[in-house]
Amino acid sequence: MQWFDALIQGILLGGMYAQYALGMALMFGVMKIVNVSHGDLVILLSLVGISLASTLGLGPFTVMAALVPLAAVLGWLLQKAVLNRVVGEDPLPSLIATFGLSLALQNLMLQIWSANSRSLPGGGIESRSIQIGGIHIGLLPVIVLVFAVALTWGLDLMLKRTRFGRALRAAASDVEAASMTGINPRAVYAAATAIAVGILGFAAVFQSLRSTVAPADGGAQLIYAFEAVIIGGMGSVWGAFLGAMVLGVAQAIGFRIDPGFGVLAGHIVFLLVLATRPQGLFGRA
Amino acid sequence: MTGAVLSTHGLVARYGDFQALYGIDFQIGQGEAVALIGANGAGKSTFLRAVMGLLPVAPEMVRMGGQPVGGTPADRMVQKGVAIVPEGRRLFSGMSVQDNLRVAVDQADRLGRKGGWSLARLHQLFPILKEKARTPVQSLSGGQQQMVSIGRALLCQPRVLLCDEISLGLAPRVIREIYAALPEVRAQGTSVVLVEQDVGLAQSASDRLYCMLEGRVTLTGPSGAVTRDAIAKAYFGGSHAVV
Repeated sequence: MQWFDALIQGILLGGMYAQYALGMALMFGVMKIVNVSHGDLVILLSLVGISLASTLGLGPFTVMAALVPLAAVLGWLLQKAVLNRVVGEDPLPSLIATFGLSLALQNLMLQIWSANSRSLPGGGIESRSIQIGGIHIGLLPVIVLVFAVALTWGLDLMLKRTRFGRALRAAASDVEAASMTGINPRAVYAAATAIAVGILGFAAVFQSLRSTVAPADGGAQLIYAFEAVIIGGMGSVWGAFLGAMVLGVAQAIGFRIDPGFGVLAGHIVFLLVLATRPQGLFGRA
Repeated sequence: MTGAVLSTHGLVARYGDFQALYGIDFQIGQGEAVALIGANGAGKSTFLRAVMGLLPVAPEMVRMGGQPVGGTPADRMVQKGVAIVPEGRRLFSGMSVQDNLRVAVDQADRLGRKGGWSLARLHQLFPILKEKARTPVQSLSGGQQQMVSIGRALLCQPRVLLCDEISLGLAPRVIREIYAALPEVRAQGTSVVLVEQDVGLAQSASDRLYCMLEGRVTLTGPSGAVTRDAIAKAYFGGSHAVV
């Protein structure tokens, strides 16, 4: 029973990682932009959300309603002001630019919020649970998973069925050919980054509800997002979702083996996938 | 010629320090087909890329309807009515035939380009594209891929269609099938610039031709009137001839 419980808890944990990974799947998997500041953006948005809640007395879902559009604007500005200047065939310039941005964001957050850990009060939602067949399932992780499924489904539908999605996939395939078809790649990329960072607005609220956040925490979120995208297979949002599930389950099982082994178990699965199936579990060879 | 749809005036283009085009004067009228012939490295593809806005050129070097458009980014050249069938087809791999074509339909709608081309009309021109609508483009044969590339350009509703080596690497039967579609394209009033290595094919499919050598035009004239000797001289070296 304890292994089945670990599986369930792992899937629920995967819901959180999926929310980190979706934006990464869009930017890294589809646009080939390596955004090292991805995790720092989650933390920045979390801290902004916590400040909004404490200053204005807002509940978590009101904070989310404010944070998601704010995150989208931040993403649009990030692409317009920084990433559109470095985007291209070579991923190195975007990697270096976002590495610099990551350091700048961490220092900015330390300056504004100090190094203290904070969390978003959820009015009890974070500690509520239901019991099914002897397994305790937290209400918040279930909500996180439902949001993750809905966001993945919506993003996949957007990429496959909408004019914007087709334009984005075309630009990701061959940016020059896309421009020859009338697509303005820079405008499309700016909108895509707005969506990618907008999704982090959801992740930020859930992250600060389920745990504490501090300015230096971004590295972990970046690694989990990156690992989920690689495990799942680049260029597929459902791949990233399933990659996040694999990562979550690996960590949950690792925690059951030894509480200190959980995070490492996830990294080991990531390395095994990278070594044996570099295109990812659900990617095309 | 008066009322050229598209013209270039002393067009110069460079790749870094290397100058690829040396003052090209060119024009094409509505519904006209003009061939651009020349050996590899003559500058034919560079000319098309410069016109399409894929290389930096001065505004007054390219004109549409008399208005300077040189150096306009490719997406805005599409809006102005220029589309290209690029060398190597440059299809969106990982996407189906239908999605490759719908990208062009989407953008033509967005940019307000109106014209006579629709998916249904394109399917009449190339019926195989309807059969293969859901097939990923990378699974198609070379000829079928070229049809998608031509279709994608036509769905941009161009006034001027630039075709870069559309016969390259294709079987003679497929080349005939593709070239048989050109009269219908021209019947829409679309002007066609054909970059072609096959001189005979270029002559038969065009009204006029330009021969290029090392970035310069070495021969211009009506396709039916230029002689084999004149083309040979212009193709391999000799003074600029107007027939």
